[in-house]
Amino acid sequence: MIEMQDIWKTYANGSHALRGVSVLIDRNEFVYLVGPSGAGKSTFMKLIYREEVPTKGQISVNGFNIGKLKPRKIPYVRRNIGVIFQDYRLLPKLSAYENVAFAMEVIEAPRRLIRKRTMEVLELVGLRDKHASLPAQLSGGEQQRVAIARAIVNNPAVIVADEPTGNLDPDTSWGIMHLLEEINFRGTTIIMATHNREIVNRQRKRVIAIEEGLIARDEARGEYGYEI
Amino acid sequence: MKFSTMLRHLREGSKSLLRNGWMTFASISSICISLFILGVFMLLALNVNNLTEQIESQVQIRVFMQLNTEQDKMDELHTTIGNMPEVSSVVFVSKMEGLELLRTSLGDDGRELLDGYDETNNPLPDSFTVEVINPQEIGFVAKKIDAINTENDAPISSVKYGQGTVETLFKVTTAVRNIGLVIVAGLALTAMFLISNTIKVTILSRSREIKIMKLVGATNPFISWPFFIEGAMIGFIGSVLTSSIVMFGYSQLVSFSQFELGLMMIRLVTVQESALLVCALLIGIGTLIGVWGSTISIRKYLKV
Repeated sequence: MIEMQDIWKTYANGSHALRGVSVLIDRNEFVYLVGPSGAGKSTFMKLIYREEVPTKGQISVNGFNIGKLKPRKIPYVRRNIGVIFQDYRLLPKLSAYENVAFAMEVIEAPRRLIRKRTMEVLELVGLRDKHASLPAQLSGGEQQRVAIARAIVNNPAVIVADEPTGNLDPDTSWGIMHLLEEINFRGTTIIMATHNREIVNRQRKRVIAIEEGLIARDEARGEYGYEI
Repeated sequence: MKFSTMLRHLREGSKSLLRNGWMTFASISSICISLFILGVFMLLALNVNNLTEQIESQVQIRVFMQLNTEQDKMDELHTTIGNMPEVSSVVFVSKMEGLELLRTSLGDDGRELLDGYDETNNPLPDSFTVEVINPQEIGFVAKKIDAINTENDAPISSVKYGQGTVETLFKVTTAVRNIGLVIVAGLALTAMFLISNTIKVTILSRSREIKIMKLVGATNPFISWPFFIEGAMIGFIGSVLTSSIVMFGYSQLVSFSQFELGLMMIRLVTVQESALLVCALLIGIGTLIGVWGSTISIRKYLKV
């Protein structure tokens, strides 16, 4: 599914974000990415959805060699990867429904299908009744649910989530986690970067720890392992 | 591209005009102001050009005959001059008509000077008034007419067209025309710059939006189309608005000033003559600038 071989990433300012990372993530896995801030977690994820290109090494996602992808092909690879951020990144002038439908319009889906599928995922994330609300009228948790709905509406093979619970209170965070588990249960690979010790320790899933650009730990049923 | 996608782009483009209300208003205003100045100068240039043409077309060649020229010879000359390809008209002015013309042009004060002259003692020669197709060639034609005289047969006593004065006049009119052209071109460029700047700001405020679109897998053309449409609409609305304001103002000016300017023998270009040219140019330039402005601005963000 996702395979990295000796990945190096050096930014233009000379900082080494990743220094030889090799990892294999299978279909349907749920992986927590942990580690101190600035250790390279975000770079790791950006490489997967081709926001960045590796300086050295090979990375393949869904069988596409991401590093050698022609710019014209990038959009098509991204359609198979859902991305979720700490700050939700919704379009502020579009309603919840329009934000989700947008991801389907992009792939030029028929309008009837868009309507049906968008309402379906809004139902799944529990926001059917608030489909007409603008992001500003929704709570943080609700906005993140809209972002998740947008990420899954096209049935991606992988979901990449960069601290999705970072801005949310514990109860709301658990709600989001249950939703992600449900999505994973339906067959989507999920890679989630987090600083939330409680979530990682209670879920007991695969944990990859990144420190100073290297993989420090990779455990099948791991723990958070850092003192806060 | 699918037809339904094109419809979607049209819908999105127009929707975002409304969503970005103030930015739209700012862009349209900036287009209006620049195009308004451009439109006013275009009308000014049109009128200057028209006026210089009027002045130029008034230059004529007077061909004076020897006093004793036979009628046959004069008819022959009439045909010869009339057959020159550069000549648009030849009018025969008999000596009596010449006298009358002189009386009229001297007016009441000069009338007494000519008292006592009649057909028996008319001092004026017969003459031709020649008009040329291209006034700039007047000197050349005058020489050509002068060359009809041969050594043994010289029916023409003199050829006059205001030598010197006419050349200066043409220098002035050419300069005025060129200056007008330069000003209009400069204003068009300024308008483009102003408008593209406004659109750049509009798009800058939406770079976040564009990033999100890219993230969910939108292709570059898919992202650009609504912006093109929006830009074209802004340009079109702005220029239609401006054209109507400019042409309405001009029609008022023409109708109010008709009498006063008429007394000075100045005729403004009519609304019918100028409307098509001015409106087509303004709307064309406005729409083009709208599309062009959004194209260059969006290209910058699509590279990310």
